[in-house]
Amino acid sequence: MKITQISIFLENRKGRLYDVCSLLGQNDINIRALTIAETESFGVLRIVVDKSDQAIRLLRDNHFVANFTEVVAIEVPDQPGGLASILKIFADNDVNIEYMYGFVEKFSDKALLVMRFEDTDFAQQILAKHNIHVVAEKDIQGL
Amino acid sequence: MIWRQDVECAAPADLKELQSGYLKKLIPYIYHNCPVYQKKLDAAGVKPDNIKSIDDLKRLPFTTKEDMRDYYPYGLFSAPQDQIKEIHVSSGTTGNPTLVGYTKDDLKLWGDVMARVLGCAGAAPGDTIQIAYGYGLFTGGLGFHYGALEMGLRIIPTSSGQTARQLKLMQDFKPKIIACTPSYVLYMAEEAKDMGIDPAQGNWKIGIFGAEPWSDAMRHEIESIWNMLATDVYGLSEIIGPGVAQECHHKDGLHIFSDVFYPEVIDPKTGAQVPEGADGELTITTLTKQGIPLLRYGTRDVVNIRYEKCRCGRTSPRISKIKGRTDDMIVVRGINVFPSQIEHVLVGIEGTQPHYQIIVDRQAHKLDEVEVMVEVEQRFFSDEIKRLNEIRDKIRREIENVLSIGVKVTLVEPKTIERSMGKSKRIIDKRAL
Repeated sequence: MKITQISIFLENRKGRLYDVCSLLGQNDINIRALTIAETESFGVLRIVVDKSDQAIRLLRDNHFVANFTEVVAIEVPDQPGGLASILKIFADNDVNIEYMYGFVEKFSDKALLVMRFEDTDFAQQILAKHNIHVVAEKDIQGL
Repeated sequence: MIWRQDVECAAPADLKELQSGYLKKLIPYIYHNCPVYQKKLDAAGVKPDNIKSIDDLKRLPFTTKEDMRDYYPYGLFSAPQDQIKEIHVSSGTTGNPTLVGYTKDDLKLWGDVMARVLGCAGAAPGDTIQIAYGYGLFTGGLGFHYGALEMGLRIIPTSSGQTARQLKLMQDFKPKIIACTPSYVLYMAEEAKDMGIDPAQGNWKIGIFGAEPWSDAMRHEIESIWNMLATDVYGLSEIIGPGVAQECHHKDGLHIFSDVFYPEVIDPKTGAQVPEGADGELTITTLTKQGIPLLRYGTRDVVNIRYEKCRCGRTSPRISKIKGRTDDMIVVRGINVFPSQIEHVLVGIEGTQPHYQIIVDRQAHKLDEVEVMVEVEQRFFSDEIKRLNEIRDKIRREIENVLSIGVKVTLVEPKTIERSMGKSKRIIDKRAL
């Protein structure tokens, strides 16, 4: 089960992150998870929000370059070695992770991680085979 | 259509005779009416009576942009001010602005050469033209206006700016011809898409673009977005405004109206004419102007010129697209850099737009550094940093291949590089030279 992440190009300029967040806030769009990848001159802001279609239209209307990216939200046991146990499965099965980051909120007593895979479909097969719970889009919206 | 068959298709010998006749009259006129030129001609040892043919032109002194500024306002005028019926002024970034003045006959000449421009691009009486060059002190808007009046077109004089309104008028009146700067027509296309309008809709046949350098790659882009023939117009206010040269539908060089604007291509270093086909500075003598006739005016535009007859039937010589400007050209670590070279690279890379800015800087005791800012487009944006870096590096490599100097490429957010209604600000030179 894939969920939708919005990726936004940002120059390393004062106030740009604020511009995005306040735009979303003013339009009653809630950010569920967020990370920034940065280089010396620009960054890519990656967010998971409750209303992604509305959010991307809003961003593009305001001249941001923004794309949808397919990611997977995975429940990870919130205890020492929890993440490692999942990563081992990926390593054993040649699943490459491009990047990952954590959710702000918890969905159950487990931690929730966003993962971007090199091959999302293949990663999902492996996850299903090992009975690892992935979170659906509608669950994110209800958080 | 060919507006002035008699001169545009004249046999070379007849053309030469016409030009020689004009020059023989011009020199005494200038000598006796313009003290600045009298002094220049005296210094060059030229007696007005000694000028017998157009071949004597090479004995005459050059005129430069600095002369225009130094003798501001009236120094280079040959006609008294009570005969000047219209003036145009271009902004001077340094020192005095450039002032030009037209007599009644000069305005008639302007209308005539602009009607030739329109005809050369493919216009015919009765067509509708939207003129989106700026009206006012800039010569673009009014120059096209006079030509369109002369030819008998239906004119929509929108001037530049107010893009949403321009697009509305296009939809309502469906003009066949648009005249504006190439960067503005691309800007309008972006706005149109934002408004949900397909620019290719309508009755477009011809675009006449000029007043700033643009590449063939940009031409293809305009032609595919707007579904029209995109032609290049050339001119400068010192000579007349737009109306000096224009491409026909073969798009194989710009026909220069040499019966009235006599072209030479000069090596800026030696002052000698370069061989036919070689690049040099376009230098023009206005053979029939009265207000400010200019002798061998250095346009600072780098072109080459060819004299063979065109497939369209015109015998008027053809200048190449402007290859650069002798003054906009920047010299970085000894290498000549023209903005159009970078534009070529960007339009050639899929997904990029020719919206860029070049920043040249030099830290104390260090080499010049060139930074090229390129806007990120939706089409090539990826959420992965490595993909963005790959695109950035590709742009950098290709620019370095063309310029033979190292550059830094920086990706910036869309619409952050200033769009121009007139000429683009492509280069910011921060060096304290």
